[in-house]
Amino acid sequence: MNVKTIASGALAACMLLVSAPGLAQLRIEISQGVSEAVPIAVVPFGYEGRGGVPLDAAELIAGDLQRSGRFAPMDRDDMISTPTAAPEINFADWRLLKSDFLVIGRVVEEGLDRYVFRFQVFDVFRGTQLLGYQLPATAANMRAVAHRAADMIFEKLTGVPGAFSTRIAYVSVMRDTERDLYRLVVADADGANPAVIAESSQPLMSPTWSPDARRLAYVSFEGRRSGIYVQELATGERRVVSRNQGINGAPAFSPDGRWLALTLSGEDGNLDVYVSNPATGQKRRLTTNSAIDTEPAWSRDGKDVFFTSDRSGGPQIYRVAADGSGSPQRVTFEGAYNARPRVSPDGKSLALVHNDRGNYRIALLDLERNTTQVLSDGRQDESPSFAPNGSMIIFATRQGGRGVLAAVSTDGRVKQSIASAAGDVREPVWSPYPDN
Amino acid sequence: MSSKILISLALSLLVLGGCSKGGTKPDEETEAGAAVAGEGDYSSQSGLGTGAVGTGGAYVEPGMEPGDEALLTETVVYFDFDTARIRSEYSEILAAHARRLAANPGISVRLEGHADERGSREYNIGLGERRAQAVRQALMLQGVSSVQITTVSYGEERPADPGSDEQAWAKNRRVEIAYSE
Repeated sequence: MNVKTIASGALAACMLLVSAPGLAQLRIEISQGVSEAVPIAVVPFGYEGRGGVPLDAAELIAGDLQRSGRFAPMDRDDMISTPTAAPEINFADWRLLKSDFLVIGRVVEEGLDRYVFRFQVFDVFRGTQLLGYQLPATAANMRAVAHRAADMIFEKLTGVPGAFSTRIAYVSVMRDTERDLYRLVVADADGANPAVIAESSQPLMSPTWSPDARRLAYVSFEGRRSGIYVQELATGERRVVSRNQGINGAPAFSPDGRWLALTLSGEDGNLDVYVSNPATGQKRRLTTNSAIDTEPAWSRDGKDVFFTSDRSGGPQIYRVAADGSGSPQRVTFEGAYNARPRVSPDGKSLALVHNDRGNYRIALLDLERNTTQVLSDGRQDESPSFAPNGSMIIFATRQGGRGVLAAVSTDGRVKQSIASAAGDVREPVWSPYPDN
Repeated sequence: MSSKILISLALSLLVLGGCSKGGTKPDEETEAGAAVAGEGDYSSQSGLGTGAVGTGGAYVEPGMEPGDEALLTETVVYFDFDTARIRSEYSEILAAHARRLAANPGISVRLEGHADERGSREYNIGLGERRAQAVRQALMLQGVSSVQITTVSYGEERPADPGSDEQAWAKNRRVEIAYSE
C-alpha cells in the first residue's frame, strides 16, 4: 500500500542511517533547570590512533548531563588544563574553577575499527576517583558507548540510572496541499540519528514500544481504515495484528511482551478495551460499557489495565483486571477531564492528560496518596511518556502554531523544549532500556 | 424593492414545489418538509415547473425529492464542542442522503468522523467515531441499510482547518459523507 517500512538497526552498531528528505533532527534544549545544578567539567577526550578522533565524546557526555537539567557542565574555554589521564590532573585548578566533579577520558585505537573508550570521574574536592571504566567500541557504536558512559556517570552522581542510551519514537507530519506525509521516526534520546521506520500519506498514530525495545506497535490508516501493526526495528519486518471493521487503536504491550491491549469498536462503533495474544490468537474483552473505553495501559505487574472512559460523563481513568475478572474501578476524581494514562516505571503513579482550568496539561497522579500534580504549563499538552528511569516525562505540545515536543522532570523542576526544524512532531514515546 | 425579490423567490419555490409529488396536501407538506417554502404555495402544480431549476433534463434518481439535488451537495455535518448531537439544521440534508441511499441499495456511503485537536488523540478517535455513528443512526432510521454504510474515525488526525482557534475547531468537529458507487 502507501506505507513504506524501512529497516533500522536495533542497536546503534547496525543502524542504517536513512536520510529522508525533510527529516529534521530534533533539537533538545533546557528551558528550565534546577537552580542547584551541579557544576561538572567534562574535559575533551584524548585520542591515540590514526586519523582524526571518531567522536567528540566529551561534548556528547556534557550535552547529556546538561540536558538532564541537573548538571551545569563547564565551558571548554574556561578550562585551564586539559588532562586526559589521572596523573595529569591538578585538582587545585578545578577547585579554583569551582567544579565539583571532573570527567576525563581517552579513546585508543587498538586495531581495525576496534577502539577502547576509557573514562574516569573524580571528586574534585577530595581528589579521589569515583568511577572508572574501559569500554570496547567501534566507529559505528561510539556514540552509543559515549551515551552509556553518560548513563553511568549520571547514576554514580545522582543515584538514578541514566536514560541517555535509550531512544524515542515519534510521529512527524508534513502538511501539503497535495499529499500529507506522516512518518514514524526513531531517534536517539538526544535527537540524533533520526530514522524513518514507516511513512504514509494516511495518518500514522499511537506508536508504542515492546518491553525489549526491539519492536514498535502503531496504528496506520493505510487503505483508509485503521489497523494495528507491529514492526521489528532491526529488519523492518511488519505484520498486521488487528484490522477489524471499525476502530483498531491504542495498542499497548503487556510487561512480558506477549499480550497487546488495544481498542476495538466493531461496526456499531462502541469502543471497548481488549487484550489479545497475537501468537495464539487469544482475545479477551475487558470492558462492555456503551461509553468510549480506550487508551489502555498495563500496570507494572501486568495484572491490571488502566484505561480512559467517559462512562461517567467526561473522560476519566479506570482500572480493570487484565484477566477480565471484576468490574472497572474509577481511579481519577480530580477535574472533569483525565485521559491517556501511562504508568510510571516504579508503578506508583500515572502520567495523564488533565484539563486544568481549560488547558490540557500533563499531570502526575500518585496512586498511593491519590494526589494530582500538574507538571506542564501549555494549553494543549498531550501524549505523555515516561523515561525508563522515571525521571522525565516527554510529551507533545503546541508552540507557534506547530506541534512540538517537550519534556518535564517528574518533580516538575526541569523542563526541556524539543523542536523540529520542519513540520509537526507529536506522540513521543520513550523506549524501555534495551536490555530490559 | 423587496417585493420583486419576494416574487421571484416565490416563483422559484413554486418551481421547486412543482417538480414535487403532484397534488399532495399543501399544508401538511409545508409543515413537515420544506419549512422554507412557507405559506403553502408549495402545492401548486404550475406549468412553470418544467422550466427553471434543474433544466437541461437533469436525471432525478428514483425516490428523490425536489431540492434533494441541492441538499446532496452538502456532505459535511458539523458538531458542537464535545457532543455528537446532530443539529436540527442538518435534518433535511441527512433526509435527502437517506432518500438517495434507501432508493439506491447499490450505492454505499462512507462516514468519516473527526474531532478537534483538544485532548488526547485516541479518545478523540472515540469522539469522531461517535459522531460518525450518530449520522449512521440517522440514516438507518430513515431506511438506509447498514450494509450501505461504513464508518471510519480519524479523530483529530485530519483537520479540515489546521488552525488552533475556535473557528478552526468548529470546522474540524465534523462528519464527512463520502459516496462510493
